[in-house]
Amino acid sequence: MAEIKTKNFLASSQMAIKDPQLRQALEKVGTGFDGARREAIEEISEAKWEEWRLKAREIKEHTIENLDYYLDMLYTNVTKAGGHVHFARDDNEANAIVSKLVEANNIQIATKSKSMVSEELGLNGVLESLGVDVYETDLGEYIIQLAGETPSHLVAPALHKTKGQVASLFQDKLGIPYNEDIEAMAKTAREILRDKFLNADLGISGANFLVAETGSLVIITNEGNGRLCTSAPRIHIGITGMEKVIPSLEDLATFLRLLPRSATGQRLTSYVSIVTGPRRVTDEDGPEQFHLIIVDNGRSKMLADPKLREALYCIRCGACLNICPVYQKVGGHAYGWVYPGPIGSIVTPNLTVLQNAKDLPFASSLCGACREACPIKINIPRMLLNLREELVQPNSNANSTSKFSEDIAAKSYTKLMKHPGILKLGTMILTGLQKPFLKGGVISSVPIPPLSIWTRSRDLPKLPDKTFHQIWKDSLKDNQDNNG
Amino acid sequence: MVNPKGITASLYVTCIVDQLYPQVGVSVVNVLRKLGVHVEFPVDQSCCGQPLFNSGYVSQARELALRVIESFKDSEYIVVPSGSCAAMFREFYPGLFESDPKLHKLAQDFSKKVYEFSEFLVEVLNVNQVKSSSDGLHTFHTSCHMLRELGVKNQPLSLLEGVQGIQTVDLPHRDVCCGFGGTFSVKYPHISEAMLSDKVDNVLSTSCDILVSCDMSCLMNIGGALTRNKSEIKVKHLAEILDEESS
Repeated sequence: MAEIKTKNFLASSQMAIKDPQLRQALEKVGTGFDGARREAIEEISEAKWEEWRLKAREIKEHTIENLDYYLDMLYTNVTKAGGHVHFARDDNEANAIVSKLVEANNIQIATKSKSMVSEELGLNGVLESLGVDVYETDLGEYIIQLAGETPSHLVAPALHKTKGQVASLFQDKLGIPYNEDIEAMAKTAREILRDKFLNADLGISGANFLVAETGSLVIITNEGNGRLCTSAPRIHIGITGMEKVIPSLEDLATFLRLLPRSATGQRLTSYVSIVTGPRRVTDEDGPEQFHLIIVDNGRSKMLADPKLREALYCIRCGACLNICPVYQKVGGHAYGWVYPGPIGSIVTPNLTVLQNAKDLPFASSLCGACREACPIKINIPRMLLNLREELVQPNSNANSTSKFSEDIAAKSYTKLMKHPGILKLGTMILTGLQKPFLKGGVISSVPIPPLSIWTRSRDLPKLPDKTFHQIWKDSLKDNQDNNG
Repeated sequence: MVNPKGITASLYVTCIVDQLYPQVGVSVVNVLRKLGVHVEFPVDQSCCGQPLFNSGYVSQARELALRVIESFKDSEYIVVPSGSCAAMFREFYPGLFESDPKLHKLAQDFSKKVYEFSEFLVEVLNVNQVKSSSDGLHTFHTSCHMLRELGVKNQPLSLLEGVQGIQTVDLPHRDVCCGFGGTFSVKYPHISEAMLSDKVDNVLSTSCDILVSCDMSCLMNIGGALTRNKSEIKVKHLAEILDEESS
């Protein structure tokens, strides 16, 4: 399993915000990706978009409610097409299946097209330990593999890097002159990877969708690397989560409209590859073997929970990341595991350990922009609230001194609000006490947390002489008939 | 003026207006009365429970919800000068009592009576313009819960446009969160401050005199940063503008 650093959210996000290069790199998230998404929706009209979203949600709802049925259908049709289906309960099982195939087929070189599930499994490390040379072939993935890093975005894995940083990395790792020109850098990577494609004996891909009725694996890319990974080497292994299955090719059409527009604002990606089984006798090329590994790794736990089930509708377009004001500030790595951003704050705690990821559900202002951007209308804020509730349960393992004091604060607040008399007295006392802190009609500094945290960057308003309750009682209540 | 509609509205004033910005509550009462609405103020009302609910303390939020529902049991319309508290009532109260059919019904009936202030004016009273006049350049910040939970978008803007003597300017990225988020602002202050800083930059870029919104929590956040930055820009609730009549 990929290393879990969710516990470090606070420190990592603080560092991220102070990092000027990350700031610069993250600028393209909102204006670039999200701007393009909005334009793409405008082009086809809000009404049409809404229609597609509802259709997509309906398909996902139906498929996830009948997941066993469609996985069975998928199994039958992949097998019928000459492929092999493997079900993996967790990362260990998935990695063991790949390892066995690697050893049985004497694999030396593997090329990979982008797969977040393989990141989840920590698959590259496993392959390397078996002596396999692994090459990521998506440009972004290639960059972070060279840098020894992990993806920071679902769609654009190297989004956290500026072009200057990539130019330095290429200079350092590939021994080429420093050149910030993106096209030139892409050309260099292509030339290096072309040779790997031709020599690889194994191609590994993820899947954007699995089509049950045909037993097909669908990947969409802009670089064509996915097509090469799945057709050039003699073995193709597709690895993906069990929620990726959809019933039919007709359903696929709906998602092919939604996914590129939501991700990058494109009407369609440059490549849409539909892979069905290994090479047939009549085919000119294609792999001799096709293996599909369907991974659970915690997903069935989410499936079993009606409150969290809809997180499995996610098509990993990244729209919720791009629009999220928190993601825009802290970037993907701060979230501490494979899936960042709003949807990551639901998925990560559930696929790892909730108690170690307790910051993720709380590090949101609940602004709801993610739900608005989601092409499947996934109610992310609602699920964040559900996870928060779970985390503060008395039997929660998230016990800590901060939870203890928050428990007391919540109980005291409830008491106070239920007893207006005490509240009134408290307000009177505070109104008197604020005097030494007043400066120019506002309070600029209070030495007690959490107010001290507030006042480090903003003023607090002065407590007025009278609350609205008092004003109502003193003068407003009886004016009813004089007015209006 | 007689009250042609014979409407009685009960004011839910919100904690922040009660304790920190009582003049907003006074303006809400004045505007409603100006329109001929009879205003009641159930004095037993308490916090809506949102700070607890958003922190995961659902059973405590339920206690306060019951208290609020009881306070407004005889109300016909409940008017709330906050998109956020109104969203708590309308979108989240029924869900708090899903396991108890009787209370669930009570919460549902309650939630159907709730309107955010500008929404009440436009949707219930059919008022698109309130007789009011002021001056200066105004810009409007859209609060998240009002927009995305309640779906209230254009109502406050059209009311603001109707104020005589003022100019308005679009706030860039008007619908992006200001970074408040309740306890989020003190639990993750570095993120909250970074979001706030963008909001302040956008407000400053308009060169406005007044920043208007329908949620005092956003305005406390943005306004607190504006005064800290020695800006002269004032923050006001929409009701305060609609209450102004310069003669």
